Amino acid sequence: MDIGLGHYLTVAACLFTLGIFGIFLNRKNVIVILMSVELMLLAVNINLVSFSSYLGNLTGQVFALFVLTVAAAEAAIGLAIVVVYFRNRGTIAVEDINMMKG
Amino acid sequence: MALTALFFYLFAGVTVMSGLLVIVARNPVHAVLWLILAFFNAAGLFVLLGAEFLAMILVVVYVGAVAVLFLFVVMMLDVDFASLRAGFIRHASIGAFVGLVLLVELIMVVGFRVVGKASDVVAGAAKAPASTGPVLTNTEALGRLLYTQYVYFFQAAGLILLVAMIGAIVLTLRHKEGIRRQSIAAQNARTPAAAIEVVKLAPGQVIVPSGERRG
Repeated sequence: MDIGLGHYLTVAACLFTLGIFGIFLNRKNVIVILMSVELMLLAVNINLVSFSSYLGNLTGQVFALFVLTVAAAEAAIGLAIVVVYFRNRGTIAVEDINMMKG
Repeated sequence: MALTALFFYLFAGVTVMSGLLVIVARNPVHAVLWLILAFFNAAGLFVLLGAEFLAMILVVVYVGAVAVLFLFVVMMLDVDFASLRAGFIRHASIGAFVGLVLLVELIMVVGFRVVGKASDVVAGAAKAPASTGPVLTNTEALGRLLYTQYVYFFQAAGLILLVAMIGAIVLTLRHKEGIRRQSIAAQNARTPAAAIEVVKLAPGQVIVPSGERRG
């Protein structure tokens, strides 16, 4: 019944896997892909915070704070790009994003 | 202790379930709402871990800003989301395969590390999960660390947010054609000599306005 580090790491592993699975599942919809990336970053944050808590070192929480910052910036820029793309092309389907032949 | 375990399983179960519903939800608006629920429960997990400050930041930043931003974009774009779900089942099989492989790998790593030889180290540290000590709260300890040892990283994080803000504004700002805007520079540059025309009138002469005369 005792909750250990492994329990938290398992939750984080499940969330990370769900993020990966979401990218494969919704590979046409950019918005859901961005949400899956957010889920993966949340899993990383849970990992960092649980290690920080169980090892008695606050550096993990500082790092989680920076991950949070970068995730917010990434969401803002990503959604701005989605809005501009939709304004120009009228669609956000991933397979239509091929102008640069990348 | 039993209460902690109960809350852990509650928060963890709801987090994972809502994470699953984020990726399988038919309607993107519902997906965003499930994402908000996942963030709330992850904040609950953070509270259980003793990271109250990060829990509150998670609620404020993710639920208050990021999820609302997602909600705005999903509702603003007039996208036919049904067509975007074509090939859902076909992608599901390969996605499930990759996800399953990754999950097995991660659980093996976690199981071997925690249950295996490193378990004594982790168990020794787990005796005192309250890393902040009795006198300092979590927020205070985090602040003392963040503003001293990691102050340059903190500034860099602020710079990242500034760049993201300017980038988002530059990307989405657009000037519509045909809108009459106030041009303060043009207003200040006007002089009486340029704005007023003095016309000498002979008796009986008719004034034709200068705009019509030019046009």
